[in-house]
Parts: sequence; C-alpha cells; structure tokens
Amino acid sequence: MLIMRTSLDAKSDFLSGNEALAQGAYEEGLEVAASYPGTPATEILEYLSGFAQIDSQWSVNEKIAFEVALSSAIAGKRSLYASKHVGLNVAMDPLMTSSYTGINAGFIVVTCDDPGLHSSQNEQDNRLIARMAKIPLLEPASPSEAKAFVKEAFEISECFDTPVILRLTTRISHTKENIILGRRKESGRKDFKINAAKYVMVPANAYKRHIELEKRLTRLKAYAQSCPLNRIELKNKKIGFITSGVSYLYVKEMYPDASCLKLGFTFPFPDGKARRFAKSVKELVVVEELEPFLEEQLAIAGIKCRSKHPSFRIGELKPEYIPYIVKGKKKPEEERNARRPVLCPGCPHRLVFATLKKLKVVVTGDIGCYTLGAAPPLSSLHTCLCMGSGITFFEGFRRTIKEKVVGVIGDSTFVHSGIPGLINLSYNQTKGLVIILDNATTAMTGAQPHPATGVTIKQEVTKKLILEDVCVACGADHVDVVDPYNIKGLEELIKKRLGEDALSVVIARHPCKLLKREKSAPTLYLEEKCKKCYLCMAIDCPALRKNDDGSISIDAELCAACRLCVSVCNPKALQRK
Amino acid sequence: MNEFKTINILFCGTGGQGVLKAAEICARAAMLEGFHVKKSEVHGMSQRGGSVESHLRFGRRVFSPLIPYGKADYLISFHEEEHRRLKKMLKPGGSDLTGYLEKACRAAKDKRYLNIFLLGVLSSCLSLKEKSWLKAIDNVFPAKISYENRRVFAQGRKEKL
Repeated sequence: MLIMRTSLDAKSDFLSGNEALAQGAYEEGLEVAASYPGTPATEILEYLSGFAQIDSQWSVNEKIAFEVALSSAIAGKRSLYASKHVGLNVAMDPLMTSSYTGINAGFIVVTCDDPGLHSSQNEQDNRLIARMAKIPLLEPASPSEAKAFVKEAFEISECFDTPVILRLTTRISHTKENIILGRRKESGRKDFKINAAKYVMVPANAYKRHIELEKRLTRLKAYAQSCPLNRIELKNKKIGFITSGVSYLYVKEMYPDASCLKLGFTFPFPDGKARRFAKSVKELVVVEELEPFLEEQLAIAGIKCRSKHPSFRIGELKPEYIPYIVKGKKKPEEERNARRPVLCPGCPHRLVFATLKKLKVVVTGDIGCYTLGAAPPLSSLHTCLCMGSGITFFEGFRRTIKEKVVGVIGDSTFVHSGIPGLINLSYNQTKGLVIILDNATTAMTGAQPHPATGVTIKQEVTKKLILEDVCVACGADHVDVVDPYNIKGLEELIKKRLGEDALSVVIARHPCKLLKREKSAPTLYLEEKCKKCYLCMAIDCPALRKNDDGSISIDAELCAACRLCVSVCNPKALQRK
Repeated sequence: MNEFKTINILFCGTGGQGVLKAAEICARAAMLEGFHVKKSEVHGMSQRGGSVESHLRFGRRVFSPLIPYGKADYLISFHEEEHRRLKKMLKPGGSDLTGYLEKACRAAKDKRYLNIFLLGVLSSCLSLKEKSWLKAIDNVFPAKISYENRRVFAQGRKEKL
C-alpha cells in the first residue's frame, strides 16, 4: 500500500518519525532498502518505495532483508535495513558478524522498538543488542531528529567502517511533526575490492577482524565524547537528568528548567561527558524507557546516579511518570482497559476458527491478524510465540499430547519462516494437519504484498510463489485448497484430514476483507424464529449485537455477508436475504 | 506568537470512525499557521475495532508527543466507552466537545462526515483561521467531497459552546 503524500508546500511536510527517517535517508543518497513489514516499522519502507532512485524491497524475512542490504553496502551502495524490534532477532545471525566485516558504503540498521507492546509479542530493548553486536547506537528523540540522525549515521558508518543502529520507539515512529524537506545528494558509489581477510569470515580472518573491531570501539568511544549528538544543557543545577530518545522530551515537558545530558549517541557510552555533567549538578537522575541501559553504563564508569524503580522496566514511559522517577517511587498502577481489537466482519479467519472450535482441537498459532482468534468468545488459538511457531509448535504438541492438534499460520508468515518448519514435519515423520490461513496479503501491518501475492513493494507484477506447490515440495502428503466461505466444505475437509494418518496441509484461501469490500446484501434477522440461544454471539462478529430486550440486531453497514452466523443459527432466525 | 501556550487536544474513538483523519486535519491547519505541531497515535490495531487515540499538541515549541495526564484542553470522543475511559485526561476547566456528537449525527447525512462537523465545532474554539481549516481539509480529502465537507464544517462551526 503506497502512502498518499500530500505536501503542504514544497519545502515542508507533516511526517511521522518513520517517514522523516526515510526522507532523511533519501536525501542522503540512499540506494538500497530492504525490510519485512512489522509494526511500528512498516512505513519506513513504504515511504522509501515511492522514490525511483531507491531499490527497495519487501524481503521474505528480516534475515534476508539484512543480508540484501548489508551486501549492497559492502558492494558499494548506501543501504538501509529496517524492522521492528523482534524482527531484528530474525536477523541476529548476520547482524552479529556484520560488525566484524564492517561495511564499505554506509549501512544503517533501523530498529523500531515497541515499549508498551502496542502491537508486539514482547517489549525487548534493542539497545542491549547494539552492545552485544558491538555496533554504534543512535537514539533520536523525535521525527525531526530521526531525519537529522540519518545523516550522522551514514557519516559514522563510512568514517568508522561499521554498521550503525538507529533505534526508534513507537512514540517516535508514529508521532508526526513539521519536517523540512531537502534535496537529494547522490552519495556516490564506493568501489568493491576483493578482500578475503575482511569479507570471508572464517576463524583465522575473523580473529583478526575482532581485533580491528575492538580498536574501532575504542575510537568510537572517543568520538562519542565530542559527538554533537551528545549535548549538555546546563540550567538549574539542582537536578541533572541523563536521558535519551523520547524520554528526553518527557523530561523537558515536566522539568523545562532542569539541566540535561541529552544523549543521542549512547553506545559506546560517552563516560567522560557524563562524568563532567555529573560533577556540575547536585543530584543526577537517569530517565530511560525499559531496560536500565544508560544506568548500567554509568555504573560501569563509576558515576553515581538515582536509578529508577524496577517497575519502570515494564511498559511505556509517560510524561507524568517523570516525577515518580525523580523521587525513586514505584510506577503508578496502569489501567490497560483499551478496547481489544477483533477480527473484521467477514474475516475469512473467523470461519476457520469457528470450525476448529466446533471440532474441539488444540490449535498452535502464529503471528498475524489471526492471533486475534485467541480472545474469547472464539478462544480458538492456544499458543503464539513468534513467526513460524504455528508449525513448529504443532510438531512438539503433536508428538506429546493425545488430543487432536492443528497448526495454523498465515500466508505471509508461512513464506517468512513456516517453510522450514513444514519440511521438518515431513523429514521427521510427523503426521497431522496444518492450515495455511491464506488471505493473500500481510494484513496485520496494513496489507503489504509478499511472494505469494505476485506483486512487489513497487506494485510491479513479479513471479508468484504457488503455496500449494511449495507444500507438496516440502513433503506434505495431501494439499487441499478450500474457500472458508464454503463453511460445510471446510468442516468436512478438516474432519477428513484430521482422521487420516498423513501429513496434510489445508490452504484456506479467501482474500482479506480490507483488500476488497464485496457488496452483498446483509444477513436478515427474524426475531420470531430466534430461540435466544446466542450461538451467533459466540463467533465474535462486530456486526452482531445483543439488544437489551434479548433480541439480536445486525449492523447492515458492517455485515460482510459471510453467512457464518447463518450457518450456526439452528432455528434459522438468521437468513440470507 | 511568543506568548502562545501549547494547545492540547485529545481525539479518541474506535477504528474506522475518522478519529485519525480529524486529528490530521487539525494538525495541518495549525501547521499552516506556522505552529510547531506534534501528533502522536498508535495504529496497527485501528482497523480492527480497537481503541484509537490521537494526541495533538501545537504551540511555539512542543516537547512531549503525549499530552500529560490531566492536561488536555479539549477532548473529542467519537465513542461513549472511549469517552468514559479518557475523560480523566481533560484538565480542570477544559472543554469536552463530545456532547456535540449527537448534533453531528443529525447534521451529517453520512456517518463519514461526523469528524468534519466536530472539527467545525472545534474550529470555533481555536484561534486558527477558517482559511487554514479549509485548506487542511482539502489537503487530506479528495476534491470530489470538498463541497459536502465545507457544508458540514460550516454547520459545526456555527455551533456555539
């Protein structure tokens, strides 16, 4: 999905942190960008894909995206990788050794962390990954800084021959701000010279590169002291804050007159500057979201500070929490009472989940919209851990418990990391049923294309991956394609395959409702036939509502005419029009 | 403009109600008048009926992207439940424009224009010029619904607090 760009005038626009970062990368002569969709990072690549000068792609998964971007940098073009925090886990393998090889043309690794888990399975703090991978880390505080820091990041990357991690968080990625637009400067290609000692990471070479890496870190630490991204703001000296990222803005909001050491370059840590700042203020307070990352660096440097209560390691920071941190108090109880999202009306996944519920099977799930099937009253998905685990968890469960098990995985997720799991099932002689919930898009992140859609990020038609062929090639004994809107057919097929001693894949294929809104007559409700059994309410459809008088009403605007409610209504009070 | 205090407006509702569009228009109107604007929201779940909140702040220089607790000058809710949940964000003496939702339902023929009516009401409370609002609306919506947008906006703007 391309972002509609409506500029206010030629020189400025109102951009999100993701868009501002992308705009900055464009202006700095970025040539290659690769990613896999994931909230809150998705818009970076969507924005970049609008520029003809940038070779941008949705990759199959983050590991591949990382390797495509890194190798482009080594080959000579400025490149960028972007993903959400957990996406970087998938790319850990190349990430950890990329600090050894170094780059050639500039290479930026963007990680968008999600404190508060707005749309994620955990709230890991990827600043710790920067330290582990020994890669310099920049933390902008706002969209305008995200844009400005890209320039710095490319310069540091090329000057020190290292990848640079740029870390955003949801509150930066999804905040919009006035952004001044500039012109693109072509960065110029770097020549690639064959250099096995640098680019072939076998033990003898890697050992020497590790020595180089340690020397580089020493040079980077010295640079961090003088780097303009680390700034001392001396005001009232009673309290001095050491802070980075969006936390800095919360501090400024609540304590505009306090002194600050505003850190933008946080690894390697600028000990000297921190020590100098510590000496100039009476009380030193560290304010940071999630892990005590800065705090540990200060402790290593022997600088005493007020540390936050451990309760602040959990969840997102808010401006009103800063006084609690200053006083060393516990985080106030948070109400997490926002409305939960539900599967859309007419969502094809709902039909599969209603069927699985009826068959009383254990369902190992995966990451995508369909994870919403776990919530009551559907309650039809019983595990969800990470990308690809719908299939691999199926294997563990199938080999361990007596109950019937079904593994479910989305189409995009299957291509991302489900395929090796399916091969593993076949290779290790596991039998049973896996269902691919194929809605022809990466729906949860806003409908991005993937290999099985046959369309690229630039909306060009490309080779289309045929999922049924892949499943056969992976070793499935039976591969069926069924439209879940054929509710009876779906149930019969699942029952049949569950009863066999074979490895089966059922591809439940129906396009996502967000892609195509079919106009069909909404379902009819005949109150006189209604037995008030409320089986229809158990399918958790947003178009159905139970009225105060016990009757049901159908929101005609929402109803997508999937007829799932019709199929569960025994007294036939719900009917096709 | 030096004396201008930051204005905090909280828009809320559920996915698909036009909450984010409303905040976007207001943000662009403020930007057209030279203000520093920050708008913070969390999407991703918005299309699936989950809660949607948009924090909009503008002034000479805005720091936090989030409105601090109890500091919203205006609250505009498109949904009753969300209103109950977020009422506490309003500062003492702040304006709760949620009451205009019913009037908006009557004025707008189509649910899709509710947000424009409420923006009309909001516009009568803020010092931003009408010209900026209209330009911002045209900036965000396609030209073919410009006429209806202007009609509904004008109706909302006539409502006095």
